Amino acid sequence: MNWWLVLPIALPFLGSVLGLAAFGRDRIQRVLAVAGAVGQLVAAIGLLRAVATEGIQVMQLGNWPAPFGITIVADHFSALSLLAGSIAGGAAIVYAAMTVDRRRTRIGYFSYAGILTAAVAGAFLTGDLFNLFVWFEVMLIASFVLLAVGRRPQQASGATTYVTLNLIASATFLTGAGLAYALVGTLNFADLSVRLAEVEQRQLVAALAILLLAAFGSKAAAYPLSAWLPASYHTPAPDVSALFAGLLTKVGVYAVARSVTLFFPEERIIHDVILVGAGLTMTIGVLGALAQYDMRRLLSFHIASQVGYMFMGVGLLTPLALAGTTFYMAQHMVTKTSLFLVAGVIEERRGTGDLKALGGLYRTHLPLAIIFLLAAMALAGIPPFSGFVAKFALARAGLEVDAWLIVGVSLAVSLLTLLSMVKIWNEAFWKDPPTDEVVAEALEVAHTPETAGPASPFYRGAWIIAPAAVLASVSVTMGLAAGPLFELAMAAGEELADPSLYVEAVLGGAR
Amino acid sequence: MEVLFAPVVGILFASAVYMLMQRSLGQVIIGLALLSNAANLFIFVASGFGEGAAPIVDPAVNATPEGAADPVPQAMVLTAIVIGFGVLAFFITLAYRVYRITGTDDLEDLPAADMASTEEST
Repeated sequence: MNWWLVLPIALPFLGSVLGLAAFGRDRIQRVLAVAGAVGQLVAAIGLLRAVATEGIQVMQLGNWPAPFGITIVADHFSALSLLAGSIAGGAAIVYAAMTVDRRRTRIGYFSYAGILTAAVAGAFLTGDLFNLFVWFEVMLIASFVLLAVGRRPQQASGATTYVTLNLIASATFLTGAGLAYALVGTLNFADLSVRLAEVEQRQLVAALAILLLAAFGSKAAAYPLSAWLPASYHTPAPDVSALFAGLLTKVGVYAVARSVTLFFPEERIIHDVILVGAGLTMTIGVLGALAQYDMRRLLSFHIASQVGYMFMGVGLLTPLALAGTTFYMAQHMVTKTSLFLVAGVIEERRGTGDLKALGGLYRTHLPLAIIFLLAAMALAGIPPFSGFVAKFALARAGLEVDAWLIVGVSLAVSLLTLLSMVKIWNEAFWKDPPTDEVVAEALEVAHTPETAGPASPFYRGAWIIAPAAVLASVSVTMGLAAGPLFELAMAAGEELADPSLYVEAVLGGAR
Repeated sequence: MEVLFAPVVGILFASAVYMLMQRSLGQVIIGLALLSNAANLFIFVASGFGEGAAPIVDPAVNATPEGAADPVPQAMVLTAIVIGFGVLAFFITLAYRVYRITGTDDLEDLPAADMASTEEST
């Protein structure tokens, strides 16, 4: 029995369930959610240690031998994604515990947040296609509630778009799972990997690939299935945006990387489709971002843009490229959540995230400015920050296989990313504060979350920047300590590029 | 039997897509209900109906009887139906809330949360 595999899912879930039992007890719910998140973080560290020292960790639930039961598996890719996810999710939950008003706690805010992080861990760790579908649904229903709580019209509209698209994606995924079972009669990842390679009718395998790619791609917000993300992520309160930004799309990317490496390693055409999608996703996302003047909406477009980089590694499918994807995913979860938390603090202080109504924050909020600058540099990929390491690995992997076009696109998009980060810096932090009329006008357009309800009992003024600061310093550390971390990512890349390692670990001597 | 059900699945998917293209949120919800049912029926049909014998292992031969139905797709479909039901119930509530907040169920009339959302619907 390897308990490290279950704890990252069980601990936040337990926190949520106890939180539901303590319904109406505001303080207890907040403490339980933070405790669940901390527990998940500790378990994720333990799991990564176990994977790094002992290799791929496997647990057969209910002791049913694979491929008959549900398998829980952690290789380097799962463990690293999980660790980065629990850092980002934990910081977002701590921020929420300090800022969310009591009216939202009363509808069970912290239980949903805990269930969301538990489901993300479940999706990272499961080794079964149908179980992955179930974790996706658990994650979705929690995110639906978090997104829809609130009374602003834009939020209603954003939630409708988000829910509709995700339900269509889920039905597509379910159809794909059915087709996989019909083709080879198994749902276990490792078993599917072995048997799909033996299927004679390759066109059916291609159909399965398209179904799964469409389902995971729309959850990951890959072009052309990305329009829903910038239409919905900025509409709820900042704490919800931060939680979503770090976790949700990355689960989609994880599922794409996992399914392409295990199920379709030989389908060249699928890899090319992913590469084209990656290039378009990067470009269109960043161009959308350049046109935005709302901080969180601008950052939302960037999520879509950066998903393109992660897809690039999957499309290239060499060990180095997959290592690049792993590292990119990990640093992106941490950095992006940090930026959303900074945006949240700004909105909390100034009542708006509209860049036109902001200014002079450099003088009044110096620590915030430093945090933003560090995270923004990491996002744009300036050396020696973490984004540079990831982009360098991807570009190098691309050059090794002579994929000049995608490397060129990715470098150009990097410059544009820097440009839009500089735009936020100039507008929000550097320029002189705007006149009172401009501010009043922006406040009237009401991008402000309607904050009614009594404040959080844990609200501590200046301390609300702490979660963003912690994430920014983790991001900086990832850049400075890139050597040992990239070794872990490289191990992940090698495991992904050679599915037989995964199959061997799960099925053992069964085949 | 399976041949008979294949066109039914196809028609369900087609009607679902048609309904999802509509402007009214109510029709979109019906589309989603059809879509999840089409997916469920697809799993059921694709994995075959069997010949009706119960899939209970006979201890004497340590194997399921000849022509037994496969229980796994049924378990999958059952899970998917329950999940689909819950999610759909949530969406109906959400639609009602959207109507209460915005006073419309026409997707074109919803306040655009973003330019991208209008691009998506054209």
